[in-house]
Amino acid sequence: MSFIKSTFKHPRLPKNDLGLTYRDYEGALSTLCAGCGHDALTSAIVQACHELSIEPHKVAKISGIGCSSKAPNYFLSKAHGFNSVHGRMPSVATGANLANQELLYLTMSGDGDSASIGFGQFAHVVRRQLNMVYMVANNGVYGLTKGQLAATADKGVKNKAGDLSLFSDIDLCVMALQLGATFVARSFSGDKKQLVPLIKAAISHKGFAFIDIVSPCVTFNNHNGSTRSYDYVHDHITTGAVADFVPVKTEITSNAQEGDCEDVCLHDGSIMRIKKLNEDYNSHNASKAIMAIEQHKSQGEILTGLFYLEPTASDFHDINDTCDTALNKLEQEVLCPGNRVLSGINESFR
Amino acid sequence: MKKTDTSHYQHFLNVVDCQQACPAHTPVPEYIRLIAEKRYTDAYLVNWHSNVFPGVLGRVCDRPCEPACRRGRVEESPVAICRLKRVASDHKEDISPFLPKIPRNKNGKRVALIGAGPTSMTVARNLLPLGYDVVLFERDSKAGGMMRSQIPAFRLPETVLDEELNYIIEMGLECHFGEEISSLETLLQANFDAIFVGTGAPNGRWLKIPGHEQGGDKIQTGINFLANVSFEHIKGVPDKVIVLGGGNTAMDCCRTAKRLGAKEVNVIVRSSYEAMKASPWEKDDAVAEGIALLPNYSPLEYIITDGKLTGMKFEQVESVYDNMGNRCLQPTGEVLIVDGDLVLVAVGQDTSFAWIERDIGIEFNQWQLPQLNKKSLQSTHPKVFFGGDAAFGPKNIISAVANGHQVAISIDLFCQNADPVDERSDSSFNLVSQKMGIHDWSYQSVIDHQQRNLVPHVAWEEAVKQLSTEVELGFDEKLALEEASRCLNCDIHTVFSESTCIECSACEDVCPMDCINFIEEANDGQMVKQFKVAELNKEQPLLISAPLKTGHVMVKDEDVCLHCGLCAERCPTGAWDMKKLKLNNTHATIKGGVNS
Repeated sequence: MSFIKSTFKHPRLPKNDLGLTYRDYEGALSTLCAGCGHDALTSAIVQACHELSIEPHKVAKISGIGCSSKAPNYFLSKAHGFNSVHGRMPSVATGANLANQELLYLTMSGDGDSASIGFGQFAHVVRRQLNMVYMVANNGVYGLTKGQLAATADKGVKNKAGDLSLFSDIDLCVMALQLGATFVARSFSGDKKQLVPLIKAAISHKGFAFIDIVSPCVTFNNHNGSTRSYDYVHDHITTGAVADFVPVKTEITSNAQEGDCEDVCLHDGSIMRIKKLNEDYNSHNASKAIMAIEQHKSQGEILTGLFYLEPTASDFHDINDTCDTALNKLEQEVLCPGNRVLSGINESFR
Repeated sequence: MKKTDTSHYQHFLNVVDCQQACPAHTPVPEYIRLIAEKRYTDAYLVNWHSNVFPGVLGRVCDRPCEPACRRGRVEESPVAICRLKRVASDHKEDISPFLPKIPRNKNGKRVALIGAGPTSMTVARNLLPLGYDVVLFERDSKAGGMMRSQIPAFRLPETVLDEELNYIIEMGLECHFGEEISSLETLLQANFDAIFVGTGAPNGRWLKIPGHEQGGDKIQTGINFLANVSFEHIKGVPDKVIVLGGGNTAMDCCRTAKRLGAKEVNVIVRSSYEAMKASPWEKDDAVAEGIALLPNYSPLEYIITDGKLTGMKFEQVESVYDNMGNRCLQPTGEVLIVDGDLVLVAVGQDTSFAWIERDIGIEFNQWQLPQLNKKSLQSTHPKVFFGGDAAFGPKNIISAVANGHQVAISIDLFCQNADPVDERSDSSFNLVSQKMGIHDWSYQSVIDHQQRNLVPHVAWEEAVKQLSTEVELGFDEKLALEEASRCLNCDIHTVFSESTCIECSACEDVCPMDCINFIEEANDGQMVKQFKVAELNKEQPLLISAPLKTGHVMVKDEDVCLHCGLCAERCPTGAWDMKKLKLNNTHATIKGGVNS
């Protein structure tokens, strides 16, 4: 019986700047179904955090309810974590971020958590421009309750039990673009080459970063006729551009293909290097991105990659002009200066 | 990048490093699992089938399996395989009901064996159950060859050796002890269908430096000394003994001399301590018994005072390695005088074929070793086969046993008018799934860090008092079970099937050792760059799949796979399974040379 992953590791495993191997970024051994896309997503997060040399104790993992929201248990066991109420992850993340803006907020949600019960919460956290990485593991079904169709399932598909999806699907990337997210991307759990650079860029991005990850449910949505099965996604996935993440300290060298590449400098000085595969690709225009997504969908294709990036965006704290120091680091007297100051403020309104 | 050929057992056998490293290809993980289940008799029989002398080898084997052990790649020390073999031997019940039955009606073929060492006895054991009349000629009064004459009783008790030799002798082996064959030509004219020569390497080398002639019987070869002690011709030694040489014979000589009453024993070696040929544990034990090992001294002369040996003169040397890695000894100029009343020379040994006429069709090479076919060990005279030290010079018991298996197959084919090379059959193999449930395997798949258990021994001051006191006590059951649980079950293979893989990467993600890679097809150099851990141990095989649906291939680096089965547990479609390798004829997997 093996519910514990061995502590043995490859003797020649690379170490990052902190002297840690990727194994130091793992969590408990997953209890999701064997072959769940969420485990691949977990592994991509582990890889991204390791490669960026992120200090695990400076991360907060926040999630709602669902298979996807169980996933934070499976990465960064040394980070802070909060498994919150169904659909309420954005509120909890907002509260945490207000109190301590110095942590990295890696948040996980699912199609039910974000597109159904938490749809309103999702919309408002996008509007708020909270500095966080919002990842949705999107498999089109409610796996934890035995495979009912989710709001993100394409209209006309059937679930494993044969039920037809009668309603239009919600595309969370389109929603995020409309609501003013400053980093929007879609990827596939089975394509770590694309996913890992996107997660790294989302971490480096200041402001709200949204990644919708198609993550097949092997148990309830991997059949013929599903548009979220491994086989279907492998066959219908397409991308507008290949994005590569260049960390801050890497010397940027020109290469022969530089003509096709666009470098976008992120907030922390790292570079998102985008190589166009499609002439119409443009990562600076949200409405064009929405059109591209819809156009590919009408052709039966799943468009992935970085859709939109506004590298100089402001976040919630900038917009509200909060103080630079994290609230949890302020002394009691500064945070709560007492009656004298309060009466001064009240006096000013009279 | 080519798909790995899994239609033959060789890929799988290469992954079972201990079994591959064992010249006789003993199924090591199989018998360790049996020990873990306290099935000692079964564990013994698995050994007995492959290596014929589990009790002997469980004490004095050279242990080529241990440096190969996979645990040694992820932890400080390998599994104590040899000691576990002894556990099987110590704890077994009566095995006689399980020994092969000997047919009453013989097949009419007569085979002569010359020498009663491990190779000959292996040939006898394998041929007697097939109905052969096997006749053994041995110049000593008892069987065993070098196992008896050169390995002292404190490492290998006589009872253990006798027991395992008797299993074979009692199969109906016709023994002629004390009968030395002095002419192969004469024997060839006798009524034998095949003759096996297993006479070992019985001649100790001398060191012919000044004083050698005058030293008389105060200078002896190590192997002669050990044989004389073993057969009780020598019962005591003078106070000061010098041993020359750094191999296991030298270690046995010095420890024997100590037990025979020597007050001061010095072992002088030309090489450095590290480069000494003796097994590391033999060196450790000698030092523990208070014997001085003096490396880096080259002998200059025997010192003879008043016609009597009183010591030796050495010069200090330095080991210098040239560009090619060849060692060269350079004198430092320092001279060392060591007192001694007896010198035991253990600097090598040679075969002895004076009794083989050179005009009877047996060709010898430049080193005076017989020319043999590597596969069949048949000499240039079709009726005559060689094996063990007689064939390849001094090696070890387990290589000798492996040769015995090769020769037995060859002689059987030859006597049935088949070609021992061309008509040699290979082993077939099965891969048997070990799955018992979603998280359940028929073997202990959970692995953890565990230090090697040390074998208990008698107190060193007690050990050196008597020749027949066995030093090592062997593992008790508790230690044995602990040590057995360190085995990683390398014979239970990760078997991949392309047709069911959906490329979900679950196995790649869960593998604690990062062995599994799904990568784009590329040439070998580009392939490695895509690996999760790009540094390769080039001695270890890769398992490469055929292209999958997306065009990617699965490449598994077998280097540090711990056979924990997590890949197979995580696989949603059963594309991975843990399957046990079963070789239907391990003897037939022994091919060519000594170490393959």
